[in-house]
Amino acid sequence: MTLSLALEARDLSQLPSRRDEDWRWTDLRGLIRELPAPSPEATADVSAGPFGTEGEAELLVVNGRVCGDAGLLVLREGEARVVRLRFVSATAATGHGVKLAVSLAPGAHLTLLESYEGQAPDYLVDAALNVRLETGARLERVVLAGDHAEGVSVSTASVSLAPGADFAQTVLTDGARRQRLETRVEHPGESAVVRMDGAYLIADRRHADLTTAVNHSGTDGTTDQLVKGVVADQGRGVFQGRITVSPGADRTDARMGHHALLLSDRAEVNAKPELLIFADDVACAHGNTVGALDEDALFYAQQRGIPEAEARAMLTEAFIGEVIDRIVHNGAREVARAWAAKRRVG
Amino acid sequence: MLSIKNLHARVEAAEILKGLSLELPAGEVHAIMGPNGAGKSTLSYVLTGRQGYEVTDGTATLDGEDLLSLEANERAARGVFLSFQYPLEIPGVPAMTFLRTAMNAQHKARGEPEVSATEFLKRAREVAGQLKMDFDMLKRPLNVGFSGGEKKRMEIFQMAMLSPRLLILDETDSGLDIDALKIVADGVNALRSPDRAMLVITHYQRLLDYIRPDKVHVLAAGRIAATGGPELAHELEREGYDKYARAA
Ligand SMILES: Nc1ncnc2c1ncn2[C@@H]1O[C@H](COP(=O)(O)OP(=O)(O)OP(=O)(O)O)[C@@H](O)[C@H]1O
Ligand SMILES: [Mg+2]
Repeated sequence: MTLSLALEARDLSQLPSRRDEDWRWTDLRGLIRELPAPSPEATADVSAGPFGTEGEAELLVVNGRVCGDAGLLVLREGEARVVRLRFVSATAATGHGVKLAVSLAPGAHLTLLESYEGQAPDYLVDAALNVRLETGARLERVVLAGDHAEGVSVSTASVSLAPGADFAQTVLTDGARRQRLETRVEHPGESAVVRMDGAYLIADRRHADLTTAVNHSGTDGTTDQLVKGVVADQGRGVFQGRITVSPGADRTDARMGHHALLLSDRAEVNAKPELLIFADDVACAHGNTVGALDEDALFYAQQRGIPEAEARAMLTEAFIGEVIDRIVHNGAREVARAWAAKRRVG
Repeated sequence: MLSIKNLHARVEAAEILKGLSLELPAGEVHAIMGPNGAGKSTLSYVLTGRQGYEVTDGTATLDGEDLLSLEANERAARGVFLSFQYPLEIPGVPAMTFLRTAMNAQHKARGEPEVSATEFLKRAREVAGQLKMDFDMLKRPLNVGFSGGEKKRMEIFQMAMLSPRLLILDETDSGLDIDALKIVADGVNALRSPDRAMLVITHYQRLLDYIRPDKVHVLAAGRIAATGGPELAHELEREGYDKYARAA
């Protein structure tokens, strides 16, 4: 059951629904009553994406059509580059899917600045990335999901790593009408390293779902995850994080943290952090907290003269800042910081 | 400058301040002493506008203006500063950033121009030097992981930077070692001026050897039970609060 199947087969019954355990908080079946017409070929205003001119190359995908050389995402041995990958949904009330392959030969190094840009309401988009990292390859993926408030968007990255590969990602989103950003990683252990961070800043009636699954199948692998969210108004944030340490994946080091702030009584966070451990000598830590902004800290800031709204913004920005600080690419980190400052919620 | 009349305030359901009156003229330093739980910190929170502290009767004015109807940040902009008994930690916000934000917010509220980054930095270095603080500490998230004494010093640093008019020090001496106490007291004394006033809440006479008060009040059971000169502090040190607890 996936959105892409439903779009391809034009069959509503293929949509994931709340009866699917993995989708219970991000019901598409109940939301989508009718499949929209396929998105047309469109010329969108694509002058500048959220990453501006960071990096040296750009690959545009408009309404599911790849405009440019998808080979930018295929790196030969030892190659290195920074690529902006922009998924633009330009036409209202239409739907489209797209599949792309990212492949890094041994020792290659890619920084992928990936953006979702919703320019019209009521679209459906399904984007799938198939990612393969060979030995010693490095990928930093920074995703900025800027969907339309009335867009429905699903992005799925399936990542497979060779021993010694290094995969790091940071997913930043302010949600959509319904939005799911999912990452699945096959982790071979063997000194491969994974960092999988995320931040969601959700207001109004928006919805964002960050779902991740990492499967450690070999010894000595590392996964480090930090996801933080701030939800205001009637927004809803979903975090589903699963790290599986399979039998034999001894000496795995897995850390998962998910922390969310609720800024209103009607804001909602659904969290399901899971560490499933079937191996020995495993170092694991996880923390999951959902709470309100620290009222005492808020008063302290106000006592120093900072108006309440500004104090709230300062504290929530600092809260999210911990995730943003971990972005390695300097330009992307600053873009992310500016994004968080602008998306101040509450 | 500060005039408190018949102040009654409750926290949760309990009435803590029960008809407290106090006159603090400009240029003076008044000490407030009193047993644990008497309501000293409650008074400081009521004056600074903390939520959950409900005033049920009485008035508090600063230069004739009603303080109690102002937001906490508006009171700060009018020059009210509280050095907290337990300073809060602000994760992720460097002390310098926090303070600069606060300073500019106050300036904005008063219609004064922003302080430039260089001007701010220059002044911060000066004040940190006076308080013998490691300047690098100001780059760390405010109070996070600071020792008790470091937090108190950071309070005085902020106070000196913001140069308020009404200074309320709630047990600023607790947690300070002997040298730090002297440094902090020097910092406070440097702020004494004819157009400022200070309320110094403390349990110990020792602080008052450094910061010489014009008057000493005993706060017991939610009101001012006695007022005297500096000698009152010595008497309390010898005899304790027994007499006032009984009277209440
Ligand atoms: N949030 C609260 N809920 C209930 N009671 C409270 C609350 N805060 C303070 N109190 C009570 O109010 C009374 C006065 O407290 P306050 O902190 O003002 O005392 P204090 O004079 O500052 O004491 P200390 O010398 O120990 O600092 C105490 O009995 C305390 O338990
Ligand atoms: Mg107290």
